[in-house]
Amino acid sequence: MTAETGRDAGQPVSAVPARAGDPPEPSAALRPDSFVTGPWLLDISELAVRFGPVRAVDGVSLQLPPGPCGLGLVGESGSGKTTIGRAALRLVPTSAGIVRFAGKDIAGLRGKALQDYRRAAQIVFQDPDGVLDPRMRIGATIAEALVAHRMAGRRAAAEQARALLAEVGLDPAFAARYPHQLSGGQRQRVSIARALSVRPRLLVLDEPTSALDVRAQAAILALVTRLRAQRNLAYLLITHNLAIVSELCEQTAVLYLGRVAESGPTDALLGNPAHPYTRALRSAVPELDGPTAARVVLPGDAPDAANPPPGCVFHPRCPLAVDRCRAEVPALRAVRPGRLAACHRAEEVLASSSASPGRAPASTAEGSPPGSTAAAPPA
Amino acid sequence: MRLAITGLQVSFGTRRVVDVDELHVGAAEIVGLAGESGSGKSMTTLAVLGLAHTVGATVGGSITLDGTELTGLSQRQLREVRGRRIAAIFQSPATAFSPVFRLGAVVHRALRLHGMSKSEATEAASRAMRQVLLSPGLLDRYPSQLSGGQLQRVAIAIALALRAEVLLADEPTSALDVTVQAEVLELLRELRDANGMSVLFISHDLAVVAELCDRVAIMRQGRIVEQGPAARVLSAPADAYTADLLAAVPVIRAEAGP
Repeated sequence: MTAETGRDAGQPVSAVPARAGDPPEPSAALRPDSFVTGPWLLDISELAVRFGPVRAVDGVSLQLPPGPCGLGLVGESGSGKTTIGRAALRLVPTSAGIVRFAGKDIAGLRGKALQDYRRAAQIVFQDPDGVLDPRMRIGATIAEALVAHRMAGRRAAAEQARALLAEVGLDPAFAARYPHQLSGGQRQRVSIARALSVRPRLLVLDEPTSALDVRAQAAILALVTRLRAQRNLAYLLITHNLAIVSELCEQTAVLYLGRVAESGPTDALLGNPAHPYTRALRSAVPELDGPTAARVVLPGDAPDAANPPPGCVFHPRCPLAVDRCRAEVPALRAVRPGRLAACHRAEEVLASSSASPGRAPASTAEGSPPGSTAAAPPA
Repeated sequence: MRLAITGLQVSFGTRRVVDVDELHVGAAEIVGLAGESGSGKSMTTLAVLGLAHTVGATVGGSITLDGTELTGLSQRQLREVRGRRIAAIFQSPATAFSPVFRLGAVVHRALRLHGMSKSEATEAASRAMRQVLLSPGLLDRYPSQLSGGQLQRVAIAIALALRAEVLLADEPTSALDVTVQAEVLELLRELRDANGMSVLFISHDLAVVAELCDRVAIMRQGRIVEQGPAARVLSAPADAYTADLLAAVPVIRAEAGP
């Protein structure tokens, strides 16, 4: 039904009276307010996701208040950031833990409640081409979501599609075009417009600018900043780019091998890391003012998530690892008001980071694990 | 000048996509070529490799390598230059390796094609792998068993084994994690310093260019709008377009102190 109506909606949109530049205010009837509003819009508690032997997410708890606000999930490939985003949308089966959206366990949603949730939580992917059907006109692609959620009839949906295009900064006439006639940045705006069409309260933005060049990226960042205020959006922003979370997210969680290494207010976390992994990530970011003097080089690659090392999962690459780190899993604990870190030596890291940001404290003699220079993963 | 591009014009029919008056890369120098998608950066790479015709483009002007003109060479002659003297690495290292062959088979084939004996190829491949900080044992694996950063390093190892003098690096770190990107950039710096390798580094990311490059050329709509020492161009751009690009780079706003 969805595809059919979508294609039908691709009829000439010029027949629709133009409402360009006049994005409709979210009307009360359309807001998914059937949810109980709790203190957290999204409350992820002790989430675990396993794919066979691989612990992709291993006991992660995160909270996101109602918008406008952003929570950044950063980490390397394989850190579990995307899987957390998918789990928040009930797109992957969880092994343990609870994901609550507006106070309700999403695992228990059925029927109408599930539909409402599916509408209220939307995702924007790195590659807009995965969302846009090359054979459908842009207007039809956007309208399809509205019709599928029975939020508008075909004619009204086509009209709203044009208004949404204007809202994301595109010419409403683009409704009649096909995806290949648009640039990558324009296509990403369209996929944002489609996600916004059903008036979500939560967006998962999964590397939304990684496929774009720097000017298109800057435009999308500005767009998200504007829309979050206009639409009271709350979002999980998944990225490996620390500069982007710095621009868009109040809070950031740094993930390593499926666990939270550190979380807290973005500016404080990046300015004065409490976890050696955060500091290494921070120092790896290239900056316009030329080579960073004190780069913390991480030997090797992230370990195998099917076979994590004992103790702290970061210890094989950590310049500060001591015996305790190899034996005892560090708890995620408060290290400053509002800041959590899973590191036995977080206080030392904080003290040295604040003394001279980006500079590592003196490495212990036993700091470098054997075989750490070879990048070969365990056989 | 090791690689010198003069009056280079690349066109699709009557549409000119590259029109570069002058761009050169000296020995042991890393030159950045930066610009947006569609600015002609990658077409410039293809022209230097003598591969522009494969996408239907025609090339005019002059490209010289140590004074030898490359534009008039036959494909047979160019094969001697490509790989051996000019190597290239691309954004997605996965496309450089066939998924059905072990990495060693691909590396060996490249080395044998350029005239090495079996034992020489094995020796050179192992040495190059160690140079890019990988275990030669990884050559027995399939591409899917390595991470993106490891694969990119294997691609660089092929260039090293062939003792390429010039490396064309087309967005080589854009698909990599920031920590892996830092390693690849460090490796390129080492190759410049230790091997005297010349690198034309193509990127849309000015922060990466600032980290790595000695000089930078800013490209827009096929033309170079500004070039000069990276530190000067990126701190005090003379062209408004360069300033625009710089303003688009997201920056970390961090709060120091406890």
